Amino acid sequence: MTTFVATQIDTAEQARREAPIALWGVTAALAWAAAAAAAEAWPDLGDWLETRRFAVGAAALATAFLALAAVGRRWPRGGAWIRDRGPWLTASGVVLTLWQLASAKFGWLPLPFFPPPQALIEVYTEDYVALGASVLASMKLLVVGFAIGAVLGFVTGVAIGWSRRAGYWVHPVLRFVGPLPATAWLPIAFFAFPTSWSASIFLIALATGFPVTVLTWSGIASVNARYYDVARTLGARPWFLVLRVAVPAAMPHVFVGLFMALGAAFSVLMVAELVGVKAGIGFYMQWAQGWASYANVYAALVVLALLCSGSITVLFRLRDRVLSWQKGLVQW
Amino acid sequence: MVALAIGDAAQVTAGAALDIETVSHAFDLDETTLPVLNRIDLSVRPGEFVALLGPSGCGKSTLLRLVAGLEPPTRGTLREDGRPVTGPDPSRIVVFQDPTLFPWRTVRDNVALGPQAQGRLRSQAGRIDEALALVGLTQFAKAYPHQLSGGMAQRVALARALVNDPSLLILDEPLGKLDSLTRLTMQGELVALWQRKGFTALLVTHDVEEALFLATRVVVFSDRPATVKADFPVDLPYPRHRGDPRLVELRRESLALLGLDVSW
Repeated sequence: MTTFVATQIDTAEQARREAPIALWGVTAALAWAAAAAAAEAWPDLGDWLETRRFAVGAAALATAFLALAAVGRRWPRGGAWIRDRGPWLTASGVVLTLWQLASAKFGWLPLPFFPPPQALIEVYTEDYVALGASVLASMKLLVVGFAIGAVLGFVTGVAIGWSRRAGYWVHPVLRFVGPLPATAWLPIAFFAFPTSWSASIFLIALATGFPVTVLTWSGIASVNARYYDVARTLGARPWFLVLRVAVPAAMPHVFVGLFMALGAAFSVLMVAELVGVKAGIGFYMQWAQGWASYANVYAALVVLALLCSGSITVLFRLRDRVLSWQKGLVQW
Repeated sequence: MVALAIGDAAQVTAGAALDIETVSHAFDLDETTLPVLNRIDLSVRPGEFVALLGPSGCGKSTLLRLVAGLEPPTRGTLREDGRPVTGPDPSRIVVFQDPTLFPWRTVRDNVALGPQAQGRLRSQAGRIDEALALVGLTQFAKAYPHQLSGGMAQRVALARALVNDPSLLILDEPLGKLDSLTRLTMQGELVALWQRKGFTALLVTHDVEEALFLATRVVVFSDRPATVKADFPVDLPYPRHRGDPRLVELRRESLALLGLDVSW
């Protein structure tokens, strides 16, 4: 009985390990080769500089996938990679081919609103200085604003979770002002602060501070009272109870707050850049849109997506380190 | 306070004397008060192992909280070696029914909690390792609480208490949630630790046999509000045998006091 089941599993395992390597590697290679061929086979409808580079790049990737499929059995890591990613690579190659045909070759999608992939490449090769400066400006806003908001929110949350008097004074303010979207402060912020940059920092910090405060507070409030009993009988003083008992016990909540705050911070960052600050990815996108250079808008959007996703990854890595004592963390 | 002497694990600490003088306690519940303890008088001599038996919810655990100094009594005084108890102190350590380990700390860091809270982490590093060795968990020093079994977690809680060299160890049903085999093992370990360290022990338990197996003296409480119903010595040498006829006899008497003699 046992042997029979084991054999069956072995066979299935083997089939999964061998056949699909070649199959998915080959389909991925075919899809990307099609993308390269589509770029070369017909003349462009418009005037794009990077069509050749796109074709060469796609062809190079197609070759690489084919090679991986071929050596996959002797190089298990490469084989595992192509087996795992093969379906995705195939699908993305197909989408890229269709995109190429629909925009640059046959004009099924209206220009200039839907530029072809080579137009995006052109942005990265020609306009990387301005785009890079925008990324740095956005990062600076996000990091400074988020850090200020997170620190203030954390301290406020600990204070009102721990001290009844702090709660008495802060809680009504928090209830009244907290749920207000940070962007509602926009008209006031931009004249109350000396620069649009400091106004944006204020808005981002505000958007960050509220969720961090509330979640830290609830984390501190829900600490098992027995932890305090234990620490007190062992000779702990009040500061020890706050810093070594309440705060570490509340950390899982704090990270939920930070995660929510990061989303709020992204959204305020974009609004601030679209309406006020004269630098950053949001500003870059709006400026490009004014010139009807939609390729720049899409290229900036891709970078923005990477930036947001990257920030969340950093936060989750930090959480995994700080909360390594917990079981069953969600993997990002 | 325990003497600041830093000794090896085998050093015998002098147990504290505990005097509970006409202590009454009540809880405030929405306008009404619920009396829990009614004029408790109890004197524990240094080095005694006293077990408190009583029906569920009679206020035994509340008395332990008062002894630990976690709450002040509504009336009456508690004294440790003649000095009134005004708050928690590392000379009186509680081991709760739940191990209540801090899940974000490793086993060793949990044991180090007392020395760290008292600002003596550096000078007591060796003692922390000794305490871990004493409960046989040296190999688990770097494990986190969620990786431990119930018995192991309670051993860590014991080590966390013992590293402070308490002169009074307060045990609030420490073995109540363990499976019966682990419980029997740890009862033996508790006796061995108590004999080796010489602290005074105050144990609350529901388990009559456990009380008789461990303690030098058993105090039986009445229903809430608790009064002392009986107070008798267990005059048997250690190590004790669970089948000892004298122990069986005492068990019958204790169960009778708790109103459970019919089934025996």
